[in-house]
Order: sequence, then C-alpha cells, then structure tokens
Amino acid sequence: MTEETPEQRGVDRDWSGIRRSANGRPLEWIAEKMIQGVSFTAIAGVFLIFLFVGKEAFPVILSQTDSRLIQPIIPASQMATTPPEVLQRYLGLSVREFKALDQETLKDLMQAREDGSKDIPEYARSDPDSGVNGSGWSYLLTPHQWSGYDRPQYIWQPVGNIQKFNIIPLFVGSLKTTLIGLFFAVPLALAAALYVSQLAPVRVKEWVKPGIEMLAGIPSVVVGAFALLVLATWLQSLFHYEVRLNAFVAGIALGFAVIPLVFSIAEDALTSVPKSYVQAALAVGASRWQAARDIVLPAAIPGVFAAVVLGFGRAIGETMIVLIVCSAPVMSWNLFDSARSITTTIAAEMGELVPGSPHYRILFMLGTILFAVTFLTNLLGDFVINRLKRRLEGKR
Amino acid sequence: MSSSPRSDAPRTLSKSGMDWGSSLGTAVSLAATVFILLILFVILGNVVINGLPQLSWRFVSTIPKKDFFDKDSAAVLPMIIGTSIRVLVMTVFVIPIGVTTAVYLTEYARSNSWYTRVIRAAISNLAGVPSIVFGLFGAGFFVHLIGGGIDDMFGATSPKWGKPALIWASLTLAVMTLPVVIVATEESLRAITPGLREASLALGATKLQTILRIVLPNALPGILTGGILAVSRAAGEVAPILFTGAAYFLADLPRSLNDQFMDLGYHTYILASQAPNIEKARPILYGTVFVLLLLTFSLNAIAIFARARIRRRMRSGH
Repeated sequence: MTEETPEQRGVDRDWSGIRRSANGRPLEWIAEKMIQGVSFTAIAGVFLIFLFVGKEAFPVILSQTDSRLIQPIIPASQMATTPPEVLQRYLGLSVREFKALDQETLKDLMQAREDGSKDIPEYARSDPDSGVNGSGWSYLLTPHQWSGYDRPQYIWQPVGNIQKFNIIPLFVGSLKTTLIGLFFAVPLALAAALYVSQLAPVRVKEWVKPGIEMLAGIPSVVVGAFALLVLATWLQSLFHYEVRLNAFVAGIALGFAVIPLVFSIAEDALTSVPKSYVQAALAVGASRWQAARDIVLPAAIPGVFAAVVLGFGRAIGETMIVLIVCSAPVMSWNLFDSARSITTTIAAEMGELVPGSPHYRILFMLGTILFAVTFLTNLLGDFVINRLKRRLEGKR
Repeated sequence: MSSSPRSDAPRTLSKSGMDWGSSLGTAVSLAATVFILLILFVILGNVVINGLPQLSWRFVSTIPKKDFFDKDSAAVLPMIIGTSIRVLVMTVFVIPIGVTTAVYLTEYARSNSWYTRVIRAAISNLAGVPSIVFGLFGAGFFVHLIGGGIDDMFGATSPKWGKPALIWASLTLAVMTLPVVIVATEESLRAITPGLREASLALGATKLQTILRIVLPNALPGILTGGILAVSRAAGEVAPILFTGAAYFLADLPRSLNDQFMDLGYHTYILASQAPNIEKARPILYGTVFVLLLLTFSLNAIAIFARARIRRRMRSGH
C-alpha cells in the first residue's frame, strides 16, 4: 500500500479527500485507463453522429448537388481526352471506386449514361424545367413557377421527371402540427403540474406522477394508431370539418406525447421553489391556490419557459404520429388541411434512395436542420433550468 | 394578490365566506390533472377492450403469410421475436458502455471541471435528439459506411453487411438509449453515501475494488431501472429502425445478425398506413398494438414504480 496523504496527491472531492493511488498496481491502472477509454469512445461516438449527419448534407449546403433531368453528356468516344478528375465527378464515383475500375468498364459506364439520357421521353425532354437544378438554394427556399402551374409556388415533389425540392411546405407542416400540439398540451400540463406540486395531498401525488409518466411510455406508433382509429372520428364529430385526417388531429395526438415532458419539467421546477416561500404566503393569509399562483408560479417561471421550449423540441422531432395520421405535402396554414412535417418526409422517403443522390442529401440536410433546432432548444432549456435551480438554492 | 391591507391588523383567514377564486383555480388545475390521466386511461382502455378479443394462441404463435392484412392469416410471432432480439442485442452493447461511462463520470472524472460539464451537456442533449435523426445516422453511418466498408474489405459481390440488418438497427438503438442508461446509472451511483466508499477504502480496498464490490452492487437497482427504461423506450421506437433493419415482410425468422427482421412497432405502422381497407385491418391493428403495449408498457411500469421507490427510499433513508 502506498502511503500518501491527500495533500500530497491533490484532494479529490468526490471521494471525500481520500485518494488511493494506482501506483504499483498495474491491474488497477489498466482498469482505470480502460474505463476512461470506453467512456471517451462513447462520448466521441456521440459527437460523431453530429458530424456525420452534417457531413452527408454538406454538398447541398454548398450547392454542389445536381438534380437536373438533362445532364450534360460527355460522349464515350471523348473519354481519352477528358481529364480523370472531370470523368470521376461526371460518373459520380468516389476516388477509390474510380481507381478500382479499368478503362473498359469506365467506357461501358459512359456508354450506359449516354444511352440512359436517350431514354428520357420526348415530352419530358421538351419540358422547360428539364434543365432546372431543383436542389439549388433558390429552388429550396423560394417559390418557382414550374411549367404547368399558373403562378410561382412552393412545391415539394421529389419523384417524377422534374424533382421539386422546396422545403418551405415541410417547415410549415412541422410548425403547424407542433404549435397545435403545444397549444393543447402546455396549458393542461402546466395546470396539472401546479396541482400536483402545490395543491395535491402527498398520497395523490405519489399516484398521479407515475401515472402521467406512464403516458410518456406509450410508444408513438400506438398514439398514432389511436389517433387514426379513434381520435380522428371523435374530433371530426366535434368540430365538423371535411377531411377526416388532418394536421389538427396530428397536432392533438402530438400533444398527448408532449404533455408528460412539459408536465415533469414544470413540476420539477415548481417543486424546487423553497417551501419557505409558500409558508410565508400562507402565514399572511393567502390560500394554497393564491400561494401557488402568485408566489410559486412567478418564482418558477423560467422553469415553465424551459418546459415549453423542451416540449417544442420534442414535438418537432416526433415522427410516427404525424406519419400515420397525415402526410400530404401541401403548402397551407389551414389547421384542417393535411400537413407533412420534416420528420415524416425523412421517414417516408429515405428508404429507397441511392446514397449520394440529391434527394438523399437533401433529406440529410433536413435531418441536420432538425438536429440543430432540437439541439438549440435543449441547450436553452437546460441552461434556463440550471440557472433557475441555482438561484432558488441561493447560489449564484 | 394586489389587495392592500386596509388596517394595520394582520389579515386572518376568513372562516366564513368562500374564496371563490381559489376554489375555482384549484378545481381547474385538478380538472386538468384528471383530464391528462383520462387520456392515459382512454388510450389504454381502448386498446385493451378492442385488442384483447383479437388475441389468440394462433395470433401470437404463427408466422403470417404474405397477405397479413387478412384476418385469418394475420399473426405476430416474427414481430415479437424481431423486436425482442433487436432490443436484446442493443442491451448487450448499451449497458456495459453506458455503465462504464457513468462510472467514469461519477467516480473518476473531477465533477466540476469544464470537460465533465461539456460531456454532461452533450449527453443530456443527445437524449433530446429526435429519433428519426438517429435513423438517418444509422442508415448513413452503420449501413452504408461500416456495412459497406466490411463488404468492400472482403470483396463481397452482393451486399452482405452493407444493407439494413438486425445488428445495425440494434446499434442505432444503442446509441439512442445511451443517455438513458448513463443518466440513470449516474443518479444511482451518486445516491450511494460517501461513507460506504470511505469505509471500504479504510479497510484497505483499492478504488477499483471499492467500485466493483461496494459501489456497483449497491447501485444495481438503479442501473437495472435505467436498463429497463432504455429497453422499453427502444422496444416502442420505430423511426430509428425504418431504414436500418426493419422489413415489410419476411417469410423466415432472422437467423444471423445481418438478416433483416420484422418488428411490432413497424408492423403497427404498416397496418395503420398501408392497409387496403382500414376497416378490415382494424381488428388486426388492435391486436398488434395490444401486444406491443403489453411488451413496452409492462417494462415501463416496472421501471417507473421501481424508480419512485428508490427515490423515496433515498429521501427517507439518509
């Protein structure tokens, strides 16, 4: 046993100032390093995700993708005169793939490409939009007057000869369902949090809290199926709108999924308000409700804000509910129209795509945007909650 | 409350005369609570009432034929097996890595240094990343990059690993549930009194011995709770496995880690969205949802109540 005092080795607070050195114990040392290694690998893996999803989207962000129907053709006969870099990019191969292929195969590929472009039907070829690269930024964000339409429109239509990738309808769809969900969920969850943390008897509290947490445990496909089979019919008979499955139904079902999250964060924040605040209010004659509404709620208001922000992040990232209930990509702010959110677009269209195609990369870009939005909301929510707790505990 | 006191005498609670505002406020907040619980019970009740009659031994023990929208050939055995295996494989990866990371964070890393704070922030952020983003990551990274890389290395002519498969779905889910395990383990490690560690060290045990023989066994209930929570969350998730391994229909059960599999949640989605006649598919859908709920919900209920008990014991104990 090495005889070292904490002072000699530096105090380690977590272990109450006691420090057992691994010196002279190779096994201990190895285990320690292994634990460190595994955890660093795990954490590096986490960062890898962020990098990877962003990397796949990079060509779109830099406008390097090309989704034109009619692409420039380099005739196979000119292969010898074309520089290899141009050839490699033209055939859409990676450097390694390009090196692995011999001249004969390359020639065949070019021939196939040339023949393929001849197979494009005449009507599509004569379409004025056949030379439009729909994956360019201006087409992604601004309306464009496609042939056959009488005015510029926002259109997401990634299949067919002319691919249209306007992402605005998807953002509208996401925001629409998310906002409906939040408007439904937040007041309910807040009122319940206020009740459970301030007004409910302890015995009630012990049963209600796990109950609401259990709502979070229902898989979202189940909520989606319930919305499809039951909720849609109920809401239709209640509000008498025309289309049975629409953004409104999806939004309410999203609300079901968001309630437990908003509830538990808000409840946590309300409970962390010191008891002395309430006792002081009660002592000067306030009722329990008055103390809850006028003292506890204002003191915990940043926590409530954080709950809403985190609820927003949860709702905008939810996939299966909206995917089951509605999915037509129409550009409309009407609550009772269908809506396709960012998440459902990724879920519905990713499966069959060729890696590296413009459509594939645009879906990764949508994923990156989604990731960035939820990352920021989470960061903001965490920050606000931590500050609130520190303040309520009297630490600055 | 903005009423200013009219006299210097302290205000007292008025025994007579109801405080209408307070009663109304209490009633409304109580109603909201009841309404939320009602949502839970309506969903559960609806699924149980409509799903339970659909359950039969044949339904859970046979492999369906290609046309699983038909009431007579619908069955869920391969889905139950697929979901169970993918969750099991996930557990094998996520529990050791998650627990090790949590041990490092609580026992070895200095708790207030900047990098532990960055790591904690990253982990709690990871928990909020939408599951579909994990699906994208799994498809791009595991299936195409790693799987495709393995194929290239061994010169496979047809994709052997570079296609959606059980192992990639499980790994994607493992990455997704990593924060759940880390956070739950950290919580239960921190709940152990320093006195226990000190006693062990005082008897001459090394730090590693203390962690392995004293700290971890005592934290086991909390770690298990975290594991169950991760499993129940993963079992119900569909978005991450959409393009990393779930199959629309397979005539066979998965035999190896690079096979695709059928999945309860994904099957629910197919029944709900692609049935040619939703009214005909309704009973099958309810039956499938019931089985899925039974699987995820029982796990979840155990975890929630176990955690509530641990927290209560912690509060009252020391």
